[in-house]
Amino acid sequence: MPLGLIMAKIFVDNIEYEVPDGKNLLEVCLSLGFNLTYFCWHPAMHSVGACRQCGVINFKDENDKRGRLVMSCMQAATNGTRISIEDPRARAFRAGNIEALMLNHPHDCPVCDEGGECHLQDMTVMSGHNYRRNTFKKRTHYNQYLGPFINHEMNRCIQCYRCVRFYNDYAGGKDLAVFAAHDDVYFGRQEEGVLENEFSGNLVEVCPTGVFTDKVLRKHYTRKWDLTSAPSVCHQCSLGCNILTSERYGGIRRILTRYNGDVNGYFICDRGRFGYEYTNSDQRIKQPSKNTDNSSQPLSTEDALHDVKDSIFSKKNIIGIGSPRASLESNFMLKELVGENNFYGGIPKRESDLVHRVISILHQGKVKTPSLKEVESYDAILILGEDVTNTAPMLALAVRQAAKNQPREKAYALRIPQWDDAAVRESVQGQTGPVYLLTTHHTKLDEIATKAEYAAPDDIAITGFEIVQQITRLSQSANGDESSQSFTASVARDLLKAKKPLIISGTSLYNTAIIQAAANIAYSLKDNGKDAGLVYAVPEVNSMGMSMLEQKNLDDAIGRAKEGGVDAVIIAENDLYFRVDRDIANDFLKNCHHVLVLENLQNETTTKADYILPAGTFAESTGTVVNNEGRAQRFYQVYKPSNEMRSSWDWLNEIRNSISGVHAENFDAVVDEMIKKYPELAKVKSVAPDANFRKGTQKIPRETARYSGRTAMLANINVSEPKPPVDKDSPLSFTMEGYQGVPPSPDVPFFWSPGWNSVQSINRYQTEVGGALHGGNPGVRLLEPSNENKSGYFNQSTEKFSRREGEWLVIPFYHIYGSDELSVKGPALAERIPPVYIAMNGKDLEKGNLKDGDHIEITFNQNKLSISVKSENTLPEGIAGLPKGFKETTGIEFPFWGRIRKV
Amino acid sequence: MEQPLTQHIKKDGSVLSLKEYEAVGGYQGLKKALKMTPKEVMQMVKDSNLRGRGGAGFPTGMKWSFVPMDDHAPHPKYIVANGDEMEPGTFKDRVLVEGNPHQLIEGMIISAYAIQADISYIFLRWAYHEAAKRVEVAIHEAYQAGYLGERIAGSDFHLEMHLHTSVGRYMCGEETALLNALEGKRANPRSKPPFPQVSGLFGKPTIVNNVETFNNIPHIIDKGTEWYQALSKSPDGGGTKLYGVSGHVKKPAIWELPLGVSLRELIEEHAGGMMDGYKFRAALPGGASTDFLTEEHLDVAMDFTNVMKAGSRMGTGTVIVLDDKTCPVGMVLNLEKFFAQESCGWCTPCREGLPWTAKILDAIENGRGMMNQLDILSFETVYMAPGNTFCALAPGAMEPLQSALKYFREDFERHIKEHKCPWD
Amino acid sequence: MAETKVIPDKAVKEITALFHHVPKKSATCIEALKIIQNHNRWVSDDAVKELAVLLEMSPDEIDGVATFYNIIFRQPVGRHIIHLCNSVSCYILGYEKIEDHIKNKLKVGFGETTPDGRFTFLPIPCLGTCDHGPAMIIDEDLHRDLTAEKVDEILEKYQ
Ligand SMILES: Cc1cc2nc3c(=O)[nH]c(=O)nc-3n(C[C@H](O)[C@H](O)[C@H](O)COP(=O)(O)O)c2cc1C
Ligand code: SF4
Ligand code: FES
Repeated sequence: MPLGLIMAKIFVDNIEYEVPDGKNLLEVCLSLGFNLTYFCWHPAMHSVGACRQCGVINFKDENDKRGRLVMSCMQAATNGTRISIEDPRARAFRAGNIEALMLNHPHDCPVCDEGGECHLQDMTVMSGHNYRRNTFKKRTHYNQYLGPFINHEMNRCIQCYRCVRFYNDYAGGKDLAVFAAHDDVYFGRQEEGVLENEFSGNLVEVCPTGVFTDKVLRKHYTRKWDLTSAPSVCHQCSLGCNILTSERYGGIRRILTRYNGDVNGYFICDRGRFGYEYTNSDQRIKQPSKNTDNSSQPLSTEDALHDVKDSIFSKKNIIGIGSPRASLESNFMLKELVGENNFYGGIPKRESDLVHRVISILHQGKVKTPSLKEVESYDAILILGEDVTNTAPMLALAVRQAAKNQPREKAYALRIPQWDDAAVRESVQGQTGPVYLLTTHHTKLDEIATKAEYAAPDDIAITGFEIVQQITRLSQSANGDESSQSFTASVARDLLKAKKPLIISGTSLYNTAIIQAAANIAYSLKDNGKDAGLVYAVPEVNSMGMSMLEQKNLDDAIGRAKEGGVDAVIIAENDLYFRVDRDIANDFLKNCHHVLVLENLQNETTTKADYILPAGTFAESTGTVVNNEGRAQRFYQVYKPSNEMRSSWDWLNEIRNSISGVHAENFDAVVDEMIKKYPELAKVKSVAPDANFRKGTQKIPRETARYSGRTAMLANINVSEPKPPVDKDSPLSFTMEGYQGVPPSPDVPFFWSPGWNSVQSINRYQTEVGGALHGGNPGVRLLEPSNENKSGYFNQSTEKFSRREGEWLVIPFYHIYGSDELSVKGPALAERIPPVYIAMNGKDLEKGNLKDGDHIEITFNQNKLSISVKSENTLPEGIAGLPKGFKETTGIEFPFWGRIRKV
Repeated sequence: MEQPLTQHIKKDGSVLSLKEYEAVGGYQGLKKALKMTPKEVMQMVKDSNLRGRGGAGFPTGMKWSFVPMDDHAPHPKYIVANGDEMEPGTFKDRVLVEGNPHQLIEGMIISAYAIQADISYIFLRWAYHEAAKRVEVAIHEAYQAGYLGERIAGSDFHLEMHLHTSVGRYMCGEETALLNALEGKRANPRSKPPFPQVSGLFGKPTIVNNVETFNNIPHIIDKGTEWYQALSKSPDGGGTKLYGVSGHVKKPAIWELPLGVSLRELIEEHAGGMMDGYKFRAALPGGASTDFLTEEHLDVAMDFTNVMKAGSRMGTGTVIVLDDKTCPVGMVLNLEKFFAQESCGWCTPCREGLPWTAKILDAIENGRGMMNQLDILSFETVYMAPGNTFCALAPGAMEPLQSALKYFREDFERHIKEHKCPWD
Repeated sequence: MAETKVIPDKAVKEITALFHHVPKKSATCIEALKIIQNHNRWVSDDAVKELAVLLEMSPDEIDGVATFYNIIFRQPVGRHIIHLCNSVSCYILGYEKIEDHIKNKLKVGFGETTPDGRFTFLPIPCLGTCDHGPAMIIDEDLHRDLTAEKVDEILEKYQ
């Protein structure tokens, strides 16, 4: 319980409880563990009182024997509140309400893809309604095509309005709505088509029944109780949202949100949810192999280890290339294997410098970087140079929530309770608080921005430095310069007026000055007594972790190989062709002479490898990654593959064993070694319980007690069930046997509680609704700001952008679907990748006698690219935007100057 | 007998122009009000004991008193006349708006002054085309004459007025749903609290009153509260009331009468009694969403308290008479179909429960009913009791049903037993 | 301003004239739909999309509003619209006979349009003229105290 919280005594069925005063009554009941039914209330979206499922009897005082029925979600718990959940009238009402909902709900549970994880099913059972009195036909609806992610089955709808509340009010979507009235109400799109919002996948979890379901899961459907699941961390961007990854028959079947009250809360983005399909790709590397120019020879693990020892480790200068998408442990083991001086972070210098800059600011500067969830609590925001919707999607969702804070304060001042969602919204009228954007071009958050300005990367930085000056000026003059309407003046004014201003920036433009300007603004706010925050988005899931281990970068390795200092290279989970120009990659690999690659999927780098070892993705590996906040988080292997795929650190550990006899016993031993060498990583040890952890004598099962199919699964091969695999690296077991209670928070493989089979059971894993998980939210922060501000203010060293005659500065444009290396290899996500283009200001197009869709040829360094143009008038003249990470643009190092010619 | 609200309405059905209205004392109330403080105006309305004529009978002055009045009060404040009038059997506001729109406008301006509103709306239902035309003209006249706009009648007070003609939904009459409609949204109701007086139209303080309610205001200010109180026969509240009767009566119509006349007086005197060949069976005293009253209740005074005591509500005061030649089950079916159709679809009991209720009634009426369905109907009336649904639509819908089950149970059972409607 | 094809310029002018009354354009949504309908007789999908641009809303939002209300037609309607009151007072006074009469005469049921496009026949809740039921509105004209003969006469006026 937070200190200073006023407590109230309430009575539930005549038993007294102490609860926080003014809290929502339904929330309180759920937090106390009561089985009270509900639909429209959602812990992140609160109450609207529509479904009427949460009725309880409310008594005025102990003398009131009759009481009256109220909706618990529309009441506050205050001192003396007296309710009955069990009163027969309340029970009859709730059962009757379910009966009403079931009038039109099909009895298709046996064939419904929500079955077994359906909140409606749970609530029906909980309400006690079980006998059908309705004799009339059910109403039916047409279903719509909603794109590759979401399946629509409107007949199942119980009209709780959660979908539109999430999609529109919470996530800012525009293309889902409620149509018609009375019992015809219909939730869908105006016309069939792809649901465009980046968070549409959450509808799967937000919908209490089977209207919006996971279409990707449907392609390889499996009953939800037959899934094997592990606590996992999304690998699709740097935010490290917590996920539950589930497997069946050796393939990943779906991903759900894993609630983390500090990070992603109840939601994840669609890249995170649907971007896993690459793990099931036929491009997966499943077996070690030895490769020559024209042949590939599969090897057993033993032979592979042997061969690698002989032909790689016989060489003198062996270097290792780490990866920002490999775990801390894998990077560390590679570094161990090749030695301190021979390990290189697997990213080019300009990216590496930026990430290191970020780390030093967060560690040595004086401003705190808030957790993702905490971002929602800031009341004024400035974003510098980052298209967060596409580079760190959930950060954009958090910004959308934060933008509501200032207007909401006014609603609260009218004594509208925070949980009264509709009333708050009606009072707020869609207004947003101060959100300022300073980006290279129009981004999706513009629609909630107080002001958005567009500038060249260097000019963004310069404006950032000007904002610092404005802040200083404003804070020094007695009543400030209230008059100036300039962008910098309004930004400075609003940031200073706020209680908690937040600066968001990132590495996506490869511009150090922007990073520095963002830090300076945050520092100056802090110096003016503000509770300021500073968030940087970085490129990949473990960019931070890898960089904490290593200063040296890919350019250093390339330089060394060029000078002949390399005889062999080991590359862990890194496609160099994604990172650098292909000629450079080609030369480098040639200069390394011998190449060993640990990798998930075939890619250009693996085609150049002499040996390939099958590395597990996040799904088949256990490890630790560090997110943009500096939070170390553990992800666990979901299942034991029937092939040779395993964590890279595991392979590297085996290789070390085979060449030197030094062997780490398991994952924990690797972590122990790592933190001994790198004491600054000591906290990684406490990220999650170690493999010895037991509840009593029991491990934590990856399968629910309802798991049904294990004995039958392999019966076609052998009727006697094989011994289940043992997980020596974690306290999780691979079966349904084990501890049935709530596990330690980092080790929750699924949410389930008796009577609560849907994700709504999350309530039972939290200390209070929407609060921390029992035992604290997972993850340990490795970086905290320094009190003395060792970093100091940065000097402005940038010069204003000036366009060059006949040349364009080409900067990266990011796409949630397309710019990430692995997620795009899954078919569902691939459907959402837009065709490649180059964006330019319309005036530039006119000058070049070009119009939208014309083809141009762009030449840069030694490269040529033929591509169609698209006008983007917010982009400053002289600058062009090219999608990063697309097939056509992979490996291009941004930004660059290019010449453009019409073809 | 004084009839302040209707006395100047012309018998030929044409509209009272501004000139004509002024000639009979129109806008005198406004001029008086503008010389008073807003607080004094509000106090007079409180003292007059005027209770809202929209159906619920909430004291008007009290409603206004929740509007924040201090210097920091949010602006613009809004005032809205509820002229949606879609309650079946109700036809009183139409008479006032068509006959004397300036009286409504004047009442609204005075009320706006009392709460210091800046913008006002007349919300008229779509079907009232003639009324809309007349209001349009009247608003224009009022602007021309300086009763609307800046510096009203030479004072510092200003007020904008707009006409909004709805696009058809009974829900638009519910005051918070009406606000959503005015904001261009779906007419779903809003939660209360917060009340519109605090956070209403566009999130700003707002008063919604019924058309008839506003029509009383000029007279209260002009003639004083004592005079106004004396108009009423009932201790329940001041003023006259527009009563009406429809059904198989000799002279169905609307009359302005002292608040508290008896149901018998209405039906037998004013409506001229039942049409030949028809016998009185029961009546809905105040529109579709009130409980039936029967023979034994004929002497009940039609005011808020007494009708309530008799087990119903005065509602809009427009009586619908059920005769012996009309099937009560059919009548209730007609009502429930209306309510099911007009449910906004927001909350479960109403959205799902009403269509089910209507389907069951339809089955019974058409000879396909089953006895256990009567239990379901009884259950529905409890399930949709006040407080159980989000707004008052569904509980209103249950009022005629629950009383029909009480008074006409035999008729229901006969339908089921005989597998047909006995009136067919 | 956005280019409109199915919403006539005059309607666009009427709609944009409303903007200064309201704190945000979306608040004029219902009025705007009605204006479009006054000009076009109904609101087509394209009109919804054009209006969305005009009001800075999404077509989905607009259609959510349009489909909520009874009097916004999202399908083409006849030249004349007959709205027959089917509420309680008119029920008691026998609107069903009038309904049958019109059905037989025009060969269309509620919700249908005559093949010649002359009439669309719709039910409507209480028209607030219960003392003169049965009642109906054709286009904007109220007709009361209906009898079968009277209906025949009235319909003749609408060609
Ligand atoms: C479903 C429903 C429909 C309503 N329709 C109307 C209406 O058409 N006209 C009206 O004045 N009040 C109507 N009301 C009542 C209003 O919500 C509100 O109480 C009234 O306008 C307040 O005015 P008053 O205080 O002057 O009576 C309706 C209420 C409900 C629940
Ligand atoms: S009772 Fe519920 S569904 Fe019915 S009209 Fe009111 S809010 Fe809408
Ligand atoms: S959860 Fe309370 S009404 Fe829906």
